[in-house]
Amino acid sequence: MVVHVNGEAVELSEAVTLTQLLEQLGITTGHVAVELNLEIIPFEKHSECILAEGDKLEVVTLVGGG
Amino acid sequence: MTMATEIESKRHANDQGTLRVGPFELSSRLIVGSGRYENATMMKQCLELSGAQCITVAVRRERLHDADGENLLDFIDSEKYILLPNTAGCYCAADAVRVARMGREILRALGNPGADWVKLECLGDSKTLLPDPVATLEATQKLVDDGFHVLCYTSDDPVTARRLKAAGAAAVMPAGSPIGSGQGILNPNNLRIILEYLKDEDPGYPVIVDAGVGTASDVAQAMELGVDGVLLNTAIAHARDPFMMAQAMKHATKAGRQAYLAGRIPKRLYATASSPQEGVITTHPYPRGK
Repeated sequence: MVVHVNGEAVELSEAVTLTQLLEQLGITTGHVAVELNLEIIPFEKHSECILAEGDKLEVVTLVGGG
Repeated sequence: MTMATEIESKRHANDQGTLRVGPFELSSRLIVGSGRYENATMMKQCLELSGAQCITVAVRRERLHDADGENLLDFIDSEKYILLPNTAGCYCAADAVRVARMGREILRALGNPGADWVKLECLGDSKTLLPDPVATLEATQKLVDDGFHVLCYTSDDPVTARRLKAAGAAAVMPAGSPIGSGQGILNPNNLRIILEYLKDEDPGYPVIVDAGVGTASDVAQAMELGVDGVLLNTAIAHARDPFMMAQAMKHATKAGRQAYLAGRIPKRLYATASSPQEGVITTHPYPRGK
């Protein structure tokens, strides 16, 4: 199964939750916001959110800015 | 000045008030950005030296496959600062709204009080980074409807400023000059008009100069005009000595505010002697009045 994270294809061997995907990618969950198919998934719901083939995710964090 | 008013005046000189924007109350009138520093340690120290309580941040894609990468939040104490996420890099209202919502989600997860406000930037041109006034107005309306306190980056056009306030902006933030240009306050008269229009019958409405500041005197000039605060980034981050400039900006903000409250003397064409004319022992080379 393939999902797209920040424009990059990520191959998954089985259906995983959003929490598991972020763990797999080594992303600290407290520092990010996740959008799944243009809809923000609140951090409380990450563990309930099961990803499906072709899902498009944006994972953003804070960087320095003015 | 009577003794009572003198004491009152001294009290005010020390108490320059707080910067109020919507439900937020900031101890410093200087808001600083966290971008363009040589490294994160330098940024952290400069934020501290600036005395700012509010720090602007940008929202960007998380780097994948970089578990050891530094995160900005490792260097900014979320307990100490109120973060102000921006929508920098957005060129249309839809993108700005999307980025604002993502910023809100990150800050909500962090438990930072800045979750419900946003510095709205809707750009119209990548060379000048001037705002697109139509897109900015559209995004302001959408974000206000979505419960955001919107701080609008805008040009120094008084008509646009008035429209943004009418659309529900929590603060209007005219640029002194283009972002990162260091040109200072190019049109102080436009800022005067914005202040007059936006504060008429609403003196507490916040107007903040955002962008263009090059050095401490630019900050002082803005504050002397009567703006409520100044937001800057590059002027500190790219100064030869960012640490010293951070302190200079802190002092300039206070000095400018105090000068505004104190009230400057009017400009005159001719001199007025500070020392009395009476009792001078010297002779005058010209007839009186020449």
